[in-house]
Amino acid sequence: MNTPAGTPALSTSGLNKRFGSLVVANEIGIALPQGVRYALIGPNGAGKTTLINLMTGMLQPDGGHILLGGEDITALGPEQRVSRGLVRTFQINSLFPHLNPLEAVTLAVCEREKISRVWWRTTAGYRAAVDEAYDILKSLLLAPVCTRETRELAYGQQRLLEIALALATRPKVLLLDEPAAGVPRDESTELFTAINSLSKDITVLFIEHDMELVFRLASRIIVMVSGGILLEGTPDEISADPRVREVYLGGAHG
Amino acid sequence: MLTSLAGVLFDGFAYGMLLFLLSVGLSVTLGMMNFVNLAHCTFAMIGGYVTVTLINQAGWPFLATLPVSFVAAAAISVVFERTMFNRLYRASDLDQCLLTIGLVFVSVAVAALIYSTVQQPVQLPSYLRGSFQVGGVTLGAYRLFLIVFALVVTAALVIALEYTRFGAQVRAAVDNQRMARGLGINVDGAFAITFALGSGLAGLGGSLAIDIVGLDPSFALAFLVYVLIVVSVGGLGSIGGTFAAAVLLGISDMAGKYYFPEIGSFMIYLVMISLLMWRPAGIFGRRV
Amino acid sequence: MSTASASGFAGPQQYLEQQARWRTVEIVFWLCTLLPFVVAPNYLQLASQIAITALFALSLDLILGYAGIVSLGHAAFFGFGAYTAGLLSKHGWGEPLTGLLLSGLAAGLLGYAVSFIIARFRHLALIMITLGFGLLLLELANSASGLTGGADGLQGVKMWPLLGLFKFDLWGVTAYWYSLIALFVLFLVSRRLINSPFGLSLRGIRENAVRMRAIGAESRPHIRTIYTISAAIAGVAGAILTQTTETVSLGVLSFERSADVLVMLILGGAGRLYGGLIGAIIFMIARDWFSGVNPQYWYLPIGVLLIAVVLFLPNGILGGVSQLVNTERGQRWFGWLTLPPAWLPSWRRGA
Repeated sequence: MNTPAGTPALSTSGLNKRFGSLVVANEIGIALPQGVRYALIGPNGAGKTTLINLMTGMLQPDGGHILLGGEDITALGPEQRVSRGLVRTFQINSLFPHLNPLEAVTLAVCEREKISRVWWRTTAGYRAAVDEAYDILKSLLLAPVCTRETRELAYGQQRLLEIALALATRPKVLLLDEPAAGVPRDESTELFTAINSLSKDITVLFIEHDMELVFRLASRIIVMVSGGILLEGTPDEISADPRVREVYLGGAHG
Repeated sequence: MLTSLAGVLFDGFAYGMLLFLLSVGLSVTLGMMNFVNLAHCTFAMIGGYVTVTLINQAGWPFLATLPVSFVAAAAISVVFERTMFNRLYRASDLDQCLLTIGLVFVSVAVAALIYSTVQQPVQLPSYLRGSFQVGGVTLGAYRLFLIVFALVVTAALVIALEYTRFGAQVRAAVDNQRMARGLGINVDGAFAITFALGSGLAGLGGSLAIDIVGLDPSFALAFLVYVLIVVSVGGLGSIGGTFAAAVLLGISDMAGKYYFPEIGSFMIYLVMISLLMWRPAGIFGRRV
Repeated sequence: MSTASASGFAGPQQYLEQQARWRTVEIVFWLCTLLPFVVAPNYLQLASQIAITALFALSLDLILGYAGIVSLGHAAFFGFGAYTAGLLSKHGWGEPLTGLLLSGLAAGLLGYAVSFIIARFRHLALIMITLGFGLLLLELANSASGLTGGADGLQGVKMWPLLGLFKFDLWGVTAYWYSLIALFVLFLVSRRLINSPFGLSLRGIRENAVRMRAIGAESRPHIRTIYTISAAIAGVAGAILTQTTETVSLGVLSFERSADVLVMLILGGAGRLYGGLIGAIIFMIARDWFSGVNPQYWYLPIGVLLIAVVLFLPNGILGGVSQLVNTERGQRWFGWLTLPPAWLPSWRRGA
């Protein structure tokens, strides 16, 4: 589906969600232009993951609309949003423990290509799908460990596998929920390289607390507080704004 | 016609009370810890056999055996819980099913070894035998006793749950275990006590059931199905739900056997499946 | 399938091909299934029973070991196939092969209808629905005694000779060939299914159903498909039982049968295709031996075994064996068994 240039890749308008008296999303309106790298930051409990849940359909909003490339997807289920190109990764690894990365990514590719209904041919027979899966793993430096069971991988490698699974669905918009969470410093360079080298065709929004990563990767930053958007701007504008300093009480969190 | 209906309702209600006593422990422990304990009726069977042994071997009066069967069932359940069950609280449904089914198999075989497979006779005290005639309806004295007893227990449970601190902890843990732990509630300790109480109640139910449905080693397995139906239809962790489901099942079963003897338990299973499809968490349940 | 592959990594497609190839130990296993003809010709009736039960266990493995569906009522399909085969014969059509196909089809259709319900539920509700369904069918068969013969069983089941040549006799030679070939053929189908993209999806559903949604996969159609296939295979197993013993009774629908097959599968190790087969062999032989000694207390060792397996050997016997083989010494002694034999050609699409 081709979106005309100028249409935001993903936008929301008036998105609302509350649990009883707790407002987790308050009139959220954002517009992400195609190909831009956006960071979503804010203190814990600001509603960042909730926003991703609303965008992907894991949570139903009380009001408002979500548009993917101009198409209203508010009524669609999570699987349908994925097939239209809106994909996310999870803050806490949600992987397939006993599958190895090759099997897991091949699975994602097969689902995308709708060949997962086939039970009369072996997976090995679908060369294109398998090779594509392997290429994705290579691009994320996971090729050396692609035949080891997921639960045996290092934590940083598992975070990379999270991204690999998402890439296998050929996303147009990729939502990364704290990709560097829990990753030790020495493994975070690969993660950085991986996110940095994502194709410019993909619009990326990532939640992060690691300010170094945020300032190196993002071209625009959105700041969320208490379910609402505080402000949006370039990294320089954000770091200079006194309200952001106040919200964070001291700047970067590891 | 009306008197037979009243009779069926009365007997059905009494049967429902028995099912309630047998099921309430499982409902609460399932709701609290999500632990699928298919060996729940084993504790009922143990209670039953304790009563039978005390009456037949030691000449105890029936009512005096009831507290003993409660304590015995509770104590044995604690042993199982501390040695085996507590390792599986985070395990899959399947593993929990299998472990507890294994326990049922062992207990059935052990009971057959000790007591043989014949039905155990029990001598009720004279004041519990016989019946009353009320408006043309025959009310069995024992069933009347069962109803009153169960209602007293229900009241005690509800009071304990609503008005004691321990009860509040149990309700919190059923509602949201993680949150309860986060608030500093000793969920594991509360669960151990709840588990023992629930198993003790099952043992009590087992003793009371002897006169109504008989006691033999297959009790542990045969009644499991009914208890599971009550628990899943009533809703996990809900005393009110278990009560309603038990009464519903008791009366339906009695009515079915009286008015439609050819179709047997068919209606019960059909009703259960339909109810679960409509409400997978049970009529009063909150989680799937 | 063990993840220990041969030396080096030749490429992703080659790796997956390698994983799907036949191992030496598998070939040894199937050759051994021919032994009873030679070594124990007096026990061929028992051997048929084992083959039938193994087929039933295989059908349960497909839904339990690979898709994670816990069913306490799978005997419903076994019994449905058994009664279909019996009724076909009783009403004049005693041809075995067509009867078998029709029974499998009937059980598959029933499974298809039920699968719409099954796919919507999880945890306790699912377990109870499968249990309830099994008991329901049993009650139905009991009540409809005009059709099924009720507690006395179905009378008048007479099978025509297989392929017009081989009679089902008391020696059981035909019966064992029949059951064994059916088992092998359906095993091949299952093996191909496991190594297909569909099989991969099933494992994905078992491992993490939430993630499946997040990669755009709808689980319910997959679950409905595998449940239908599993029901059909269970129905075939039941039909073979009817045809080789020329009787059907309510026991084919009982909870005991559902529970027994679950025990066998767990014993052998679920999710490994061979677990159900191994479990069935051990269980049936042990029970046959035990019934001579003391039938009443048969469930005592079974119960102890279940508890032991859950606590100490969660992947069953095959899981324990594969752990042993994956050690250094194990690799030296038995490693050759886990490799595909060199003389077996590798097709682009291996079985």
